[in-house]
This record gives sequence, C-alpha cells and structure tokens, in this order.
Amino acid sequence: MSLSQWVPLVVLFTLATLFALFSVTIAPYIGPRRYNKAKLEAYECGIEPTPTPPGGSRFPVKFYLTAMLFIIFDIEIVFLYPWAVAFDSLGMFGFVEMLLFIVTVFVAYTYVWRRGGLDWD
Amino acid sequence: MNDIQLPAIDYAALLPMLIVFGAACVGILVEAFAPRGWRFVIQVSLTIGGLVAGLVAIIVNRDLEITTIGGAVTVDGPGLFLQGAIIILGIVSLGLIAERRLERGGPFVAEAAHAANSDGDKRQEREPGATEVFPLTLFAIAGMMLFCVSGDLLTMFVALEVFSLPLYLLCGLARRRRLISQEAALKYFLLGAFASAFFLYGVALLYGYAGTVSLTGIREGVLQSEQSGILLAAGLALLAIGLLFKAAAVPFHVWTPDVYQGAPTPVTALMAACTKAAAFGGLLRVFNVAFETTAWDWQPVLATVAILTMVVGSILAVAQTDIKRLLAYSSVANAGYLLVGVVSLNGAVGSSLFYLIAYGFSVLGAFAMVTLVRDSEGEATHLSRWAGLGKGSPLFSALFTFLMLGFAGIPLTSGFTSKFALFSSAWDSDQSVLVIVGVLSSVVLAFPYLKVVVLLWLNPPGEETPTVSVPSMLTRAVIFAGVAVTFVLGVAPSFLLDIVADAGPFLAK
Amino acid sequence: MDSITYAPATGALSSMWLLVAIPALSATVLLLLGRRADKWGHWLGVASVLASFVLGVTYFLQLRGIDGTGNKSLSVDLFEFIHIGDLNVSVGLLFDPLTAVFVLLITGVGFLIHLYAVGYMSHDPGRRRFFAYFNLFVAAMLLLVLGDNYVMLYAGWEGVGLASYLLISFWSDRPAAATAGKKAFLINRVGDVGFALAIFLMFATFGTTNYADVFNGVLASEAGQTVSAGVLLAMGLLLLLGACGKSGQFPLQTWLPDAMEGPTPVSALIHAATMVTAGVYMIARSQVIFNANETAQTVVVSIGALTLLIGCVIGCAKDGIKRVLAYSTVSQIGYMFLAVGLGGGAYALGIIHLLAHGFFKAGLFLGAGSVMHGMKDQEDIRRFGGLWKYMRITWATFGLGYLAIIGIPPLSGFFTKDPIILAAFNREGWTGWLFGSAALLGAGLTAFYMTRLFVLTFHGRPRWQKEGEGGAHAASATDAHGAHADAHGAAIARTEDGRDIQHPHESPWIMTVPLMLLAVGSVAAGWLMSTSVVDWLTPVFGEHEEGHAHLTHTQVTIATVAVTVLGVALGYLLFRGGTSLVEQPARTHLVRAARNNLYADRFNELVFELPGRLLTRALVWVDNRGVDGIVNGLAAAFGGGSGRLRRLQTGYVRTYALSILSGAFLIVAALLAVRLG
Repeated sequence: MSLSQWVPLVVLFTLATLFALFSVTIAPYIGPRRYNKAKLEAYECGIEPTPTPPGGSRFPVKFYLTAMLFIIFDIEIVFLYPWAVAFDSLGMFGFVEMLLFIVTVFVAYTYVWRRGGLDWD
Repeated sequence: MNDIQLPAIDYAALLPMLIVFGAACVGILVEAFAPRGWRFVIQVSLTIGGLVAGLVAIIVNRDLEITTIGGAVTVDGPGLFLQGAIIILGIVSLGLIAERRLERGGPFVAEAAHAANSDGDKRQEREPGATEVFPLTLFAIAGMMLFCVSGDLLTMFVALEVFSLPLYLLCGLARRRRLISQEAALKYFLLGAFASAFFLYGVALLYGYAGTVSLTGIREGVLQSEQSGILLAAGLALLAIGLLFKAAAVPFHVWTPDVYQGAPTPVTALMAACTKAAAFGGLLRVFNVAFETTAWDWQPVLATVAILTMVVGSILAVAQTDIKRLLAYSSVANAGYLLVGVVSLNGAVGSSLFYLIAYGFSVLGAFAMVTLVRDSEGEATHLSRWAGLGKGSPLFSALFTFLMLGFAGIPLTSGFTSKFALFSSAWDSDQSVLVIVGVLSSVVLAFPYLKVVVLLWLNPPGEETPTVSVPSMLTRAVIFAGVAVTFVLGVAPSFLLDIVADAGPFLAK
Repeated sequence: MDSITYAPATGALSSMWLLVAIPALSATVLLLLGRRADKWGHWLGVASVLASFVLGVTYFLQLRGIDGTGNKSLSVDLFEFIHIGDLNVSVGLLFDPLTAVFVLLITGVGFLIHLYAVGYMSHDPGRRRFFAYFNLFVAAMLLLVLGDNYVMLYAGWEGVGLASYLLISFWSDRPAAATAGKKAFLINRVGDVGFALAIFLMFATFGTTNYADVFNGVLASEAGQTVSAGVLLAMGLLLLLGACGKSGQFPLQTWLPDAMEGPTPVSALIHAATMVTAGVYMIARSQVIFNANETAQTVVVSIGALTLLIGCVIGCAKDGIKRVLAYSTVSQIGYMFLAVGLGGGAYALGIIHLLAHGFFKAGLFLGAGSVMHGMKDQEDIRRFGGLWKYMRITWATFGLGYLAIIGIPPLSGFFTKDPIILAAFNREGWTGWLFGSAALLGAGLTAFYMTRLFVLTFHGRPRWQKEGEGGAHAASATDAHGAHADAHGAAIARTEDGRDIQHPHESPWIMTVPLMLLAVGSVAAGWLMSTSVVDWLTPVFGEHEEGHAHLTHTQVTIATVAVTVLGVALGYLLFRGGTSLVEQPARTHLVRAARNNLYADRFNELVFELPGRLLTRALVWVDNRGVDGIVNGLAAAFGGGSGRLRRLQTGYVRTYALSILSGAFLIVAALLAVRLG
C-alpha cells in the first residue's frame, strides 16, 4: 500500500484544523460585543438553567439516571433503523429477533418504572 | 437487498446461556413485580434453579462441537468444560451471596448510591439488602459463559462487558465499610473501562490486519494476509492487555488488592473463582485458536509477563497484613501459574482447566471462611486480629490451615496435584524456565500462607480477638465444598483429569 | 547392571497399603474425635504403630522366603493418581529389601518411641493431638519409603515435613518453638524446590517418574548416550539439594538443631532416627542416577565430609544436651552421605550405619529426655553432674548408646562406622586420602564431644544442688542468667527461673523399657547387621568387588580405635572435674565461630533473607505508588521537597491507570520489537 492515497486525508485534516483555529482566534476580534442576561447564561436546551454556585458543585444524581435511560432507548432506535431498512430480506426471522430485543429492553424498562426510577422526587 | 444470508442457529448449543440469561431477565421482572417480602426466597430459588438447569443443559451438550450463529459462538470441549466450571463455582459462591445469618439483612446494602455515612446510608444499615444481586450475579455468570465460547472478538468484547458491568456494581454493595466498597467499585469500573478500550483497539487493528474478527479467520489471516505484521503485533498486544487485566497479570494487577479488599467478600469470592476461570478461558481460546501459528512472536513476551506475575504476586503477598489483600496477591501469583499454562499452548490446556477448578474451589472455601471472622464492625480482616484464633475455634482454624496448606501446594491437596500437572505439562512443552520460576515463586508464596497458620495457632490472642460466627447451612456448604474438593482433588484427581482430557483441544476450524 | 523390573506383589504383600493406612486412620480418628479421645487416644496411637510393625515383620518374612533367584522387588499398583497428557502417575507401592529395612526401622523404633511418649507426655494437656501428629508422621514416612515412583516419594517427603513442622512447634506457647518450626518448614521448602524440579526433569527426559522406568532409562542412556551427561548431573544435583534440606546437610543444616524445641520423643523419632535420614534413603534409592555420573557422586561425598566435620566442631561447643545430640546427628548423617556418595559397596554401608544410628541415637535422645524429665526440664549439661547415682537405668542405657556412637568395639557404631572410614580411604586417587582423613578426624572429635556430654551429665560433682549446698556457685549461677541471652538460650531460659533441682529421679517403667530395648539394639545391631544386612541389600545395590585399596582393613581399624580412645581420654581428662557454670570467654576464633554455629545462620540471613527483604520492600513501594510514584519520587528527590513526598499517597486510580498504561506501552513495544527484530 502506498502512502500517496492518504494525502487527501492529511490535507483534509490540516484544513479542518486550520479553519477551527482561525475561526476561534478571529471571532473575539471581529465580532460585535453586545451582552445581555440571556447571552451570559449557560445554554441548557432553551430552558432555565439549573442554578449552580460558581466553579460547579454537586447536583442530583437523577440527571444521570435520566440520561442513561435516554441512551438506552436511543440505542434501541439505532438498532431499529437498519432492521426497518432490511425488513424484506430479513423476513420473519428478523421480526422475531427484533421482538425479542425489544422485549429485553422492556424488561429493564418495567424494572425502572416499577421501582420508581421514573419519579423525579 | 436479498443477499443477506441468515445465519444458522443451533439452539441446543446456546441453550445453557439462554437459560441463564433468561433466568436473569425473569429475575429483573421479579424485582419489578414481586412483593418485597417474597423477593428473597423467589430470587434464591430462581437463581439456583436457573444455574442448575444451565448445568444440566451443558451436561447434555457434553459431546457437542460446533460453530454457530455465523461464527459468533464456538461450542467445543474446553468451552463446555469452562462453562460448567463457571456455573458450578457460581452455584457454590451463591451460598455466600445468599447468606443472611451472619449479618442482619445479608452482606449487601439496599442502595449503593447513597454517599457513605450520609443519613440515607445510615438508615439502610438496618434494612434488608438488595435482592438485585441475584439477577446481577446471573448476568455476570452468563456473560462469563459466553466469553468462554466466543468465536469472534466482537462477541468476546460484548461478553466481557456483560460480565464486567454487574461485577462493578456488586463491588459497591458491601454492607460494612461502605467507603472502601464504593471506592473499589469506582476503581474497578474506571480501570476496567480503560482496559476494555485497549481490547477494542486491539480488535480494530486485528480487523485491519486479517479483514475479519473471527478467531479462526485471524488464524488463517496470519498465513495469508498481505498487511504489515505491525498491525498484527500491535493488535495482539492490545487485545492481550485487555484480557490480562481481567486475569490480574502484572503490571495490570494494580486494581486487584483494592477491589478484592473493598468488595463484599462473597463478591470477591465470585471474582476470584469465576472471573479467573472466564478470563483464562478467554486467554486460552484466543491464544490457542487465533494466534497459535504466531506463537514465536508472542511467547517470549507473554512468558515475561508470566514470570513478572508469579514473582511480584508472590513477593508482595509476603508483605500483606490484611487477609483479603493477601488472598488478592496470591490470586495474582496464581494468575502467573495459569499464564504458564497459556504460554505452553495446547500441551497445557487440560492442566490449566484442571487448575482453574482446583484453585476456584480452594479460594471459595478460603473467602467463605474470611466472612466468618467478625466483630462488631463486621468482618475483621486485618491479620493481627486473627492471632490466636486457633485456641477458641480449633475447627475453624484447622479447616483454614488445610486450605492454606492447599494453596502452598502440600501433597494430598489439590494445590499439589494441580500445580504438579500444570508444571509438568509446561515442562513437557519446553517451558522449563517458567517452571523453575514457578516452583521458586511457589516457595516464596508458601511463606504468607504459613504466616497465617502461625498466627492462628501459635500467636497469643490479641486484646479483642474477633469471634468466629456460626453461619447458616449455606456458608457451611460452601466451606465444606471448598475443603472437600481441595482434598478429593488432592487424593484422587484422576476422574476430573479424565474429563479434562476428554474435553480435547479448542476447536480451531 | 541389568534392567530393573518389579514383580507384582502376591499373598500378604498385596495388602502392603495397610502399613500406611493404619497409622493414617488412627491419626484421623484422633483428630476428628477431639477431646472425646483424650482418655485413650495415646494407646490407639501406640497400637496402630505396633500393628504396622507386626505387618512389617510379616512382609519381611515373606520377602525373605523368596529364594535366591526370585525377584525380591514386589510392587502393587493401587490406583491412577494423575493422568494428563503423557504424564501418568499412579499410587503404587514397592516393597524390596531396602524398603523392608526402613519399614522395620520406622515401625520398630517408632513403636518404642511411641511407648516412651506415653510416659513422657503424660502431663501434657495436648497429648492426644501429639499422638495424632505422631501417627501422621509414621504414615507419611512409610509412604515415603514404600512409594514406587518419585511423586509418591515427594508426597511422603512433604508429609513428613508437615508433621515435623507441626511437632516442632507443638509447644507453641514458646516463641522459640514457633520460630524453629517456621525455620524448619522454610528451609525444607528450599530443598523441596530441588526435588520438585528433579521430578519435572525426569518426566521431561524419560516421560515417567516410576523408579523402574527412570532407572532403566538412565541405564539405557548410559549404553546408548541418549541422555546428555549434563541432564543426568542436573538431576542428581537437584535430588541432592532436596536430600540436603531434609537431612540437615550443608548448607541447609541450620534448621535441624533448632528443631530440638519440639518434645524429646519427636527429636528422637523424627530428627534422629527416621525423617532426617530420608535424604540418605533418597540417594540410595536413586543410586542408578548417581552411579551414572561421577561429578554428582563427588559432590555428595564432599557434602557428607564437610557436614560431618561441621557437626563435630559445633557439637564440641554446645551446652544444651539435646543441641549436642542434634549436631551429632548432623555429623552422623554426614557419614551416611559420605558412604552413599562413595557408591558401589558403600551404599549398603551407609544404610547399615543409618539403621544402627537409628537405634543408638534414638536411645541417646530418649535418655536425654529421661534426664530432663527427672531434672525438671533442665537442659544445660553444665548444671548436671553425678547423675549416675540417681538414674541408674538411664545412665546405663545412655552409656551404651554413647559407646556405640563413638564406635567402641564390639558395639554397633564400630561395625558400621569403621567400614565407611575404610571405604572413604579407599576411594581412588588423592581424594581418598582427603575424605578418609576427614572421616577419621570426625571419629576422634565425636569421641571427644560425646565424652564431654556423658561425663558432664552423669559423672563428676553434682552441679545442680540448692544454692546453700552449692555454696561457691551461688554467684555464678546468677550470672548465668545474663549470659544466656544467646541463640540457644531461649529454651534453657525457660527452666532457669532460679529454682534448683532437689531430687533427681528415675523415669517410670514406660520410659525405661524402651530405653533398655534400644540399648540392646545399640549393642547388638552392629554385629548382626554388618554382614547379614549387606547381603540382604545385595538385590538392590548389586554385587561389588573390593577394588582399589590405599589401606587395609586392619590399619584403618587400628587408626580409628586409636583416635577414638584419644578423644575419649582427652574429654575425660578435661571434664572429669566438671566445668564452670558460666560460659568462658572465647579465646580463639574457632571457638567463637563454633558457638555461633559456624555463622551458618548469619550467612543465611545475609545471603537469602536480606536481599529478599529488600526486594520485598522495594516492590511494595513500587506497587503502592506505581509509576507515578517513581516519577514523583524522583522529582521529590531532586527538588528535595518533603511536601511533595507527602503527596505520594497510595491508591489513586490515576496512578493505577498510569502503571497499566506504562505496562501496555512496554508490551506493545516488546511485541513489535520481537516482530520486527
């Protein structure tokens, strides 16, 4: 394998790095500076940010729980997409396997639900 | 779109794992729906039932030799033996996990996430422990079973995670000394994740080299691939690091003492017996199937690791003052002996399998006895507290002495027969240097065991000698199993050696 | 030599496993029944050994009944022990003339000592446990001599080691006993490494560990040069290392004298008569291997000669009655090593000396025990004297043992030691003169220190009276307390709590009867054995021509007797008037060295313990702090900041991760290096 076929990749990475450096460096100099309260706040999905003292501090472990639950179902969806695309060729076999997969995820879901993992307080 | 070939699935070959995984899922539903008071009884029966059913399925499968689900699973003699070993050791360690007489509410807390010494944490001291430990144990055992029969590296990685994650959790559930328990869990998790990354990176490099992740495919790729050998060597090294971490080989052993000490003792027992078996099952399979033909490249490196592991493990065991840390370092040294078996390749597969069973039972017995020595603070694991126990509790001390002598490799214990079988087959495979180091380090290792024996019998009792609690039938059964197997395998090991011999080599087609 | 075959055992001999099983069963019963067996446990122990002895005699008679041409090596295969790959080890037993004499010695002398122990241990609360361990020892020792392969030998070997360890530290409330037990165990493990490696080497070379197959392999390789001489030499030397550990030979001799912390019957049975001779048995059993390479034999002879002198020299400087006997054991086993190293006809000489030694040394130890029993556990010979009046039977039997060990004709030592000295002189070349002279010198020294022991204990002025009667010694006796803070002082100090013995008394019959029987053995055994046992052992060791001769038998006999008489005379003249109660200042280096066991302990400490301890400490440091620690440690060392050093706490995950990462780098680099290099 010759190295020459990697050249475009190297070029791409170099350009990307340069562009990132350039835009970060240049922004404070050429951008307008008109501050207001909203601009100075941390951006949290457009809702009111959770107040934390400066320098960060503890915040409830419930956030992590929610995040983990989100990821589990997110991954489930990721698996569903390719199955949907190849549904025809996978046929009945794929359908049953996917049902089994969803059932196992639901086992975990019912556990979380029954044991109060979905209650905020 | 019609070019997808559906893989053939041999459900019989998968049955043992399906049973255990299924039981674990049912266990979670039990947690969700069964009333609190009933959970413990249901979980214990479900777990034991699931494991026994899995064992029966393995016994039915005993002559099976097949590669199924598109090469993801290879069921063969050694694989089935390892699965059986893991299930049996798992059933025995379940006796410790389910013990509820030594400590009110069992050895686990209900919620691991409470900060140590917080109000919530103090409140749960009086509550019964989590029954989730049973499905978690089942998941871990099922993951280990899959790990031993993985036919490709990705399945192996998934299995690795499946058995690791429950163990991380279980480590943090100790009822007493919450802080070091949580610390152990976190350390094990962080370092485990670190090691998994190495494993995965190794898989990627090997895929780049051979164009496949299946073990047999890599074996063939070694002969045919046109890729640079660097990919193979680097991939092999990174893969090995991930596996050696689980096996607790030096220099990847650093987590072992802290985690063994901090984890609840029943979980430590489970890790020392079952995880060891699974990790070495994986190592043996990977090196015997995928890399046998490149043995010249990796044998010297792995041999060095084996020597380091034996020497460092045994010497550091000498300096320990806590019985759980002592057993942890002894488990590191034993990992070194088992690595000698891995380096010796096919010649020593049988004796390595035998060693895993022999060591597993002895170590289960030893940890079971550690759970008995208690004072008001829980288990008293500092060695100075064990001084003079022989006076008040002669039976306990005699049994523990027997196990220690077994570890030290005195004849008429399984420690002797297993080391003898392992070392002689290694010598037969031209690994004489490793055998010499092994024998020498086992002499060093005899010293800490002897130290414990001397403490038990010969030292005067300290100010506050802890008492030896009387456990329920469960822990008694575990101790009996540990001592009896150590003795039986020391006197008449041939029946098990026959089974091991019948298991044959790993399936490399 | 023709190839070696073992015939299957028939008749009574097919049940030879009973020999091992009976004492093992008795030990199990005693241990399991616990206190319920306290009342009668010791009699069960004695009976089981007696039963083994009767069985042993039966087997012996059956073996003797086989006429001249028949195969006198009978084996029985019990069951398969370890079968894996090519390795096949079975639990098999072998009864041949060599085993037969050992079985008779172990069970015969063992029975007498068991009987004696019933009396000796009568006041000890742990008597049942003691007998359980004692039976365990007999079972393991019988397994050792009965096994028909090296793995069985090894199993018995470790078994006797374990029993010996348990028995040495039997009186665990004495710290010295616990330390001595540990020392015995550890030093024996060093020897066991050699033995274990020898077994692996045998398996790798010959594919088996059975005596017959290994020996035939060696014989075949001698004919066809299939096995290199280096391998055979390594095998011999590794076996020898094991033998040295078990038999207390140089450089592993230091544990044996310390082992005297155990109860006296233990010293008599294990550390004099039987276990410590296991090394001699092993070499004699492996004669084919040792015959096959001369270098190994020379090493055996040299170790024997060196150890016999070491034992004699230290024996002259010790004051504890059991210590002196212990060093004399070291020295006598040196004679046996010398003999079995000489090879040829001398194998049988080594064995008969071993048997004779078993009798007279057991008698001497039991006599010493009887003295201590009558003297409230006093052990220092400087505080005995004139005891012959008070304990006549002990005096007479001890005296016979004493005459036997120094080799006064016609007692047993004369018949067994004399031929060894002759054989040493007649070794070919200048080494014959060297080893012969060493053996001869040893005989003289033995006569000297044994005379000192005997005279100080039984004759001269009593030195144990109350302070008022002893008058002049009152002050010096107090001094003695301070002076005894040396290595062997711990055991003595136990009795030196200021009280003096008022009424020495003879021991009860249960202790004196074994003494008398053993004395009869010491008197008669030598003459009985010097011809008949040599003939009896011929099937094992083969016929040997008297070869080369530097000196004739008569010359050596005269020289030996002369040296012995000289030693006795010197000892008597020096010590007939007693000795000072305090240790005299050592005027020469030799005396100082001898009192310090020729610095063997210090040597061990410097060469083995110290590096080990340093290595451990270094490893602990590295392991606790990891690579991070080394880096920080270096930084701190350069910066000199103590504050930084304090930050080197243990247990940080990042430290662990860093050491894993460094390990990973090393492994990847190593594999790449192997791949590319």
